[in-house]
Amino acid sequence: MKKDLLAIADLTREEIYLILDTAEAMREIGLRPIKKVPTLRGKTIVNLFFEPSTRTRTSFEIAEKRLSADTLNIAVATSSVLKGETLVDTAMNIEAMAPDMIVLRHASSGACHLLARICKSRIINAGDGMHEHPTQALLDAFTIREHKKRIEGLKVAIVGDLLHSRVLRSNVQLLTRLGADVCLSGPPTMVPAGIERCGVRVLTSVDEAVVGADVIMMLRIQQERMQGAFFPSLREYFTVFGMTAERVRRAKPDVIIMHPGPMNRGVEIASDVADGPYSVILEQVANGVAVRMAVLYLLAGAPEMD
Amino acid sequence: MPVVMDAVRIAQTLTRIAHEIVERNRGIEELALVGIRTRGVPIAKRLAAAIGEIDGHEIPTGILDITLYRDDLMRHAVGPQPLVRRTEIPFSIDDKRILLVDDVLYTGRTIRAALDALIDFGRPKAIQLVVLVDRGHRELPIKADYVGKNLPTSLSQSVQVRLSEIDGRDEVEIQES
Amino acid sequence: MKRLLKGGRVVDPANGRDGAFDVLIDGDRIARVGRDLPIDIDTSVVEIPTGFVVCPGLIDMHVHLREPGQEHKETVATGCAAAVAGGFTAVACMPNTVPVNDNAGVTEYVLKKAAEANMARVYPIGAVSRGQKGEQLADIAELRHAGCVAISDDGHPVATALLMRRALEYAGMFRMVVIDHCEDQTLKGDGVAHEGFSASTLGLRGIPGEAESIMVQRDVALAELTRAALHIAHVSAHQSLDAVRYGKTRGAPVTCEVTPHHFVLTDDMLASPRPYDTNVKMNPPLRDDMDRDAMLNGIVDGTVDAIATDHAPHHYDEKDVEFDRAPFGITGLETAVSLSLDRLVHSGAITLARLIELMAVNPARILSVPGGSLSEGAPADVTILAPDLRVTVSVAAMRSKSKNTPFDGWQLRGGIAATLVGGRVVYVNESVNLRM
Repeated sequence: MKKDLLAIADLTREEIYLILDTAEAMREIGLRPIKKVPTLRGKTIVNLFFEPSTRTRTSFEIAEKRLSADTLNIAVATSSVLKGETLVDTAMNIEAMAPDMIVLRHASSGACHLLARICKSRIINAGDGMHEHPTQALLDAFTIREHKKRIEGLKVAIVGDLLHSRVLRSNVQLLTRLGADVCLSGPPTMVPAGIERCGVRVLTSVDEAVVGADVIMMLRIQQERMQGAFFPSLREYFTVFGMTAERVRRAKPDVIIMHPGPMNRGVEIASDVADGPYSVILEQVANGVAVRMAVLYLLAGAPEMD
Repeated sequence: MPVVMDAVRIAQTLTRIAHEIVERNRGIEELALVGIRTRGVPIAKRLAAAIGEIDGHEIPTGILDITLYRDDLMRHAVGPQPLVRRTEIPFSIDDKRILLVDDVLYTGRTIRAALDALIDFGRPKAIQLVVLVDRGHRELPIKADYVGKNLPTSLSQSVQVRLSEIDGRDEVEIQES
Repeated sequence: MKRLLKGGRVVDPANGRDGAFDVLIDGDRIARVGRDLPIDIDTSVVEIPTGFVVCPGLIDMHVHLREPGQEHKETVATGCAAAVAGGFTAVACMPNTVPVNDNAGVTEYVLKKAAEANMARVYPIGAVSRGQKGEQLADIAELRHAGCVAISDDGHPVATALLMRRALEYAGMFRMVVIDHCEDQTLKGDGVAHEGFSASTLGLRGIPGEAESIMVQRDVALAELTRAALHIAHVSAHQSLDAVRYGKTRGAPVTCEVTPHHFVLTDDMLASPRPYDTNVKMNPPLRDDMDRDAMLNGIVDGTVDAIATDHAPHHYDEKDVEFDRAPFGITGLETAVSLSLDRLVHSGAITLARLIELMAVNPARILSVPGGSLSEGAPADVTILAPDLRVTVSVAAMRSKSKNTPFDGWQLRGGIAATLVGGRVVYVNESVNLRM
């Protein structure tokens, strides 16, 4: 493994499988009466969150605690940003206290790269702007593999706001690297330019995109996108792109439905689908802890030289 | 390099240990075997089978991966992290007599890690240690309760246990390193 | 005092010269250009080494000197020092200072600072609109009178078609060109990089080439309507060049410039070698291969009239931030000649004479300023090039106050040997064997 986990784009196939296999072992720890191993004793991990996030931060924190690391949560509610402190200054101040790892969530794409350049600490990307959210894609892959026993050759449909989604970018990188057949669908106003060059297909018709799918992955729609004229209304979005039971029927009978959360019921996904038998949304959350434990463990070792 | 145990010797040795276990543990229903990855696992399974033949009981058997408890993790300047594999102990160890099984007893550090790991699963009545080979050079105050063979070695040597389930054949070999 | 530049290759396209000539400078003027000129007693002779080129002083018609108001980035003095080290004898500086150069006070201040620095000539460009706000015209006659040579709202486009029309008509009265930074703000949105594969995978908000070309098309149409001189700043998109080409075929008085970074780099630089390097963030953004090739073609076929740097210094603190929060712009004065010689002349795309047209003759003509030739009686603004000099770009050695360039460490063929402004030697490259 490299020093940092900044993007799925930086990982080889083998590294992805190593993380997934290690996560299998880590998951068992969560089933024990004492859900804790001494592995990262004496390691300090700072969870540095510049964006509010309950799910990802909690998941990382549980993973860190299960590995016995000392964890510290810093939620920068843009307060020091308002005071004029730059990300670099914030990072250098934290770095001066010599943590072993920094888990960073930030609204700017590439913020983790900036941190990785100036910090000796290992940097784990917990979501940077519209760029990547690598641990989300890894836990998605873990969940898919658990259900389908493989990833190669699976038909995966990803539906929603493709343009602003870091989950999309990480999943495209990961799924294409592992040989899945990935089909994207979303309003043409929210399709990243040239994304086909990643080896995916883009269809505007969600009905076509989900045909024969083994996996349907929904992306969150943010309400403020209406202001940018990306789509006219939430109601219309649901009509055109919302995942309804009727649309799910076009997929394979054993399709699984995924969502990175938090869900907008009745916008991108119908409640009966979210709560229905195909939904693995809560499993994704559970698997997130194991996958993050695996990442923390694997990064805690000596870095591979470039 | 000399092969110090062949397949027949290994089989005889495990049968003998199985008898010793049965003799020393009256009330076999309290017993459970836990093999330490990698080669403690097939040995534990073979012992479970052997004890079953003697006594008619099926003894619960588990698998312990001690990687996350190692005392040498994070101490190396280079090299990737050791592979972690799954621990599978599909029974409660509370109030059980646990037979911890490994192939070679050497410094004792693996056993220390295994003891720590086991304790995280509950509170066994007792833990006993079974090893196929004891090659000496202990660095911790640890002693096996059942030893297949005491094998005096020098520090420059290594002991290689091969088991058919993993390596395709059964033998114990001493190698100069 | 007289100075004779003896034995160099003189490239002076304005006079149709390209060959071995001597150049005699008398005071601040070119006295004579010819073969084997006689040497007076009071003439100091400068032997120009073989292979070096004597050409009219280069003019960078698009720089940001940051003074007044942002002296932490650059001052007129440091900018002029950078200019002469980069071979430029004159620069035209954009009005987006603090305060904006929309009145004679700021223009005179800039000229006063330039006179104090006494290095390169400085030609201020005034604002089109008051405060560059795109509402009312600035006092253009006053600016002209104070010394502005052109008007531009650079940094911002001229906001509306109506204002652009009025600016062209009004400035045309004073024979001042209107330089427009073409960018449809609504289409650009909060974009920070060229809309394409690199920006998409890096999660950076895109700016399509059309954000530029739509406004170039508008401006070209207005130039045709008003018959007033229009200059398109830093063209980056192939569609924009098509619009300029169309305008030229229609006889519209339109010219345009391209920066070295737009004919050398592409948006691949966003991802590698240093992902999210804020020194590849500029406006307009680096575009794709097709656009870069279109810039080269435009330079070759004559659609492009000038090479300008859009020298945009920023303090390192300002660039050492998240990509989307970093200011746009890179420095350019000290890399432009090496990049141009390496990528345009040595590559065989254009001749040296054509390069001099792009960097001296045409900028002088577009701005209606002196220079651009070695005609007898012209100001003795001379650049001496060392076209085969091996140059390693080093920010540490740069004279600009800011170091925001993506070219640090680049090895290029071609550099500056010396720069003379008004007959005065203002820069000599210590790494070449030239005694001035």
